[in-house]
Amino acid sequence: MSGRRSRSKQSSVSSITDDQITDLVSKLQHLIPELRRRRFDKVSTSKVLQETCNYIRSLHREVEDLSDRLSQLLASTDSDSDQAAIIRSLLMQ
Amino acid sequence: MDSQHLNPSSLKSRFTATFLRALIKINAQKPISSSSPREIFQRYRRIKVAADKSMAYSVRSRRTWSRATLWKLRSRSRSRLASSGRRSSVKTRTTTTTTTTTTATNHRAAIVEKTSHEKENKEDHVGLAVQAEELRELVPGGESMDLCNLLDETAHYIKCLTTQVQVMKKIANLYSLE
Repeated sequence: MSGRRSRSKQSSVSSITDDQITDLVSKLQHLIPELRRRRFDKVSTSKVLQETCNYIRSLHREVEDLSDRLSQLLASTDSDSDQAAIIRSLLMQ
Repeated sequence: MDSQHLNPSSLKSRFTATFLRALIKINAQKPISSSSPREIFQRYRRIKVAADKSMAYSVRSRRTWSRATLWKLRSRSRSRLASSGRRSSVKTRTTTTTTTTTTATNHRAAIVEKTSHEKENKEDHVGLAVQAEELRELVPGGESMDLCNLLDETAHYIKCLTTQVQVMKKIANLYSLE
């Protein structure tokens, strides 16, 4: 856990190795569609973090939009048998 | 990309089942005038909470972010039941500090000060600590995580969010086919 290169205890980052952080950051990079294409380019850590924040925000917005859409759709759905069919088809995919 | 048959114990199918159950419940609560804007907004809120809750529930307490989400939702519903005003019953169990904006700013300032001491190539990673503040606000429970855990939790959180969006999209498409 403590870094192989021992640093002063002042920085809160000192107990984590550089490699660990690099690995985690590159793992994040692969998850973000924007950056996945540029896998073999050097993407700076700060860019990865920035894009991560943007991506999470856009996902939150998508959840909100979909919730909105679902609430409109539920308003127009009445039949229970339709629902059962939906559930079945969803769970079978 | 999707496998033909859903693995019943996969996160995706656990979320789908839990969320669908919640949707059915919400739908059953429908009053007669089910398409007034107020009704729709309330349903929107309930659906969104159900989606986030279902995902956090499907992950259980294996992750800090899911624990934080469940805790937040439970304490929110508890404080709503306590009809006597806004009693903040949130005994910070998951967070060591109640992160207000002032705390975050001080934290940021403290890190920036430490930056001036580090002149080596650690600088990139110390700058990372400053930038991670924005991420901490986006990931549930992020305020109390150290940098390593934050990055790890973020990756998992993103995977779950994309699953959540994927399933919600599918449900919406199926509903709109009628």
